[in-house]
Amino acid sequence: MVTATGGLDTALRAHSTDHAWQVAATVTDPEIPVLTIEDLGVLRTVEVADDGAVHVELTPTYSGCPAMDAMRDDVVLALTHAGYDEVRVDLVLAPAWTTDWMTDAGKQKLRRYGIQAPTGLAAARGAGPVRVQLAVKCPRCDSLDTREIARFGSTSCKALYECRACLEPFDYFKVI
Amino acid sequence: MSGADLDPHGEVSVDRLALAEELAGAGAGEGAVASEDAAEYALRLGDDALVLAQQLGMWITRAPELEEDIALGNIGLDLIGHARSLLHYAGSATGRSEDELAYWRDEPEWRNAWLFEQPNGDFACTIARQLVASLYLFELYSALADSTDPTLAAIAAKSVKEVDYHRDHSTQWVLRLAGGTEESRRRMIRGVEVTWPYVDELFADDELTERLAADGVAVLPSTLRPAFESAVDEVFAEAALERPTGRTAYTASGGGRRGSHTEHLGPLLAEMQVLARQHPGASW
Repeated sequence: MVTATGGLDTALRAHSTDHAWQVAATVTDPEIPVLTIEDLGVLRTVEVADDGAVHVELTPTYSGCPAMDAMRDDVVLALTHAGYDEVRVDLVLAPAWTTDWMTDAGKQKLRRYGIQAPTGLAAARGAGPVRVQLAVKCPRCDSLDTREIARFGSTSCKALYECRACLEPFDYFKVI
Repeated sequence: MSGADLDPHGEVSVDRLALAEELAGAGAGEGAVASEDAAEYALRLGDDALVLAQQLGMWITRAPELEEDIALGNIGLDLIGHARSLLHYAGSATGRSEDELAYWRDEPEWRNAWLFEQPNGDFACTIARQLVASLYLFELYSALADSTDPTLAAIAAKSVKEVDYHRDHSTQWVLRLAGGTEESRRRMIRGVEVTWPYVDELFADDELTERLAADGVAVLPSTLRPAFESAVDEVFAEAALERPTGRTAYTASGGGRRGSHTEHLGPLLAEMQVLARQHPGASW
């Protein structure tokens, strides 16, 4: 199944780059399976070289996020399955990932999944150590009458909230 | 060699070791190699982060509430991420991996400041240490994001966003404990008192930081102090706390940057390193 692709001409390479991106973009977050790494803004670049080697750049969400290992392995696996026999994945820190890069489609998928998407832009978080927080909407009933239970939730990227209207707890994807 | 019966991983040309390095590396300069001075500086910062992460991990299952187990664990996880990037870069100067640096250095080779190795104490002591650590790290990484060293700048720009949440966490707890019950307030005041002797060392300049700061690589620690103190004062004003003065104010001698440590670092390292030393190179 896996064959050497040899020298690709330019048109085919452009096509392959496009194709390779689409293949890499099918990889999902192991903790939030409704989100692809493209939705998250974690997939930064995909390039296919003359000899068919694919070079992918991912950027980590949080510095210590263990899901990055899985995402990186899944990208290699997805591209290998699609016939690319040489795949290299680099992790880049700059520019630093922000929830501002999450796609609108990704935010909608998150809400349908029961996780409220980041509310507001990273720059609007404010600067001082004592600060005010924007109200976070309940992803189930849309009420703004919610309460933060814990700033640090089930994963690095989420906080735990409770809705006072429908009384359900929910995860909130923190702005960063 | 037949390709037909290879497993899906068989043809992948990705070198696991190279990937592990890339995961930890900054990526701002692929395979960037630190100068001897920059490596020593990165070692200091990386050791601060790793020792603090190890301390916070000890709270898991022991915090006052489940949410706090998770919060301190998550903060520790962020710090491990920072430590990995910094130690990876530090090791690039001498060809040592982040794991070699974490697991195979003995106490005198560690460069963390004393604050980070001080025992967890009760929850209020940990929160006081977290307040100092997070406010200090926030100012440090904010400034270091403009470093002329692209790798240090990238690590700092990434880390400061996470540390911003850490200072939020410690601030909220200081307010709650100081404004809570008589007992919680008493403990918060005590926490601040036992933590404060270790503040000065964080802002002490030495030849290394002076050399590096002259080139714009490092941030001169003393320059961070005014912003740190105004942030502390802002939190303390809200919490009706005061910086220790008079009888309760003293300064520990410090020396962590030279490899001189308090009695607390040895046992911490022993616990952190024992598995790697008993089973060198083990993976799972």
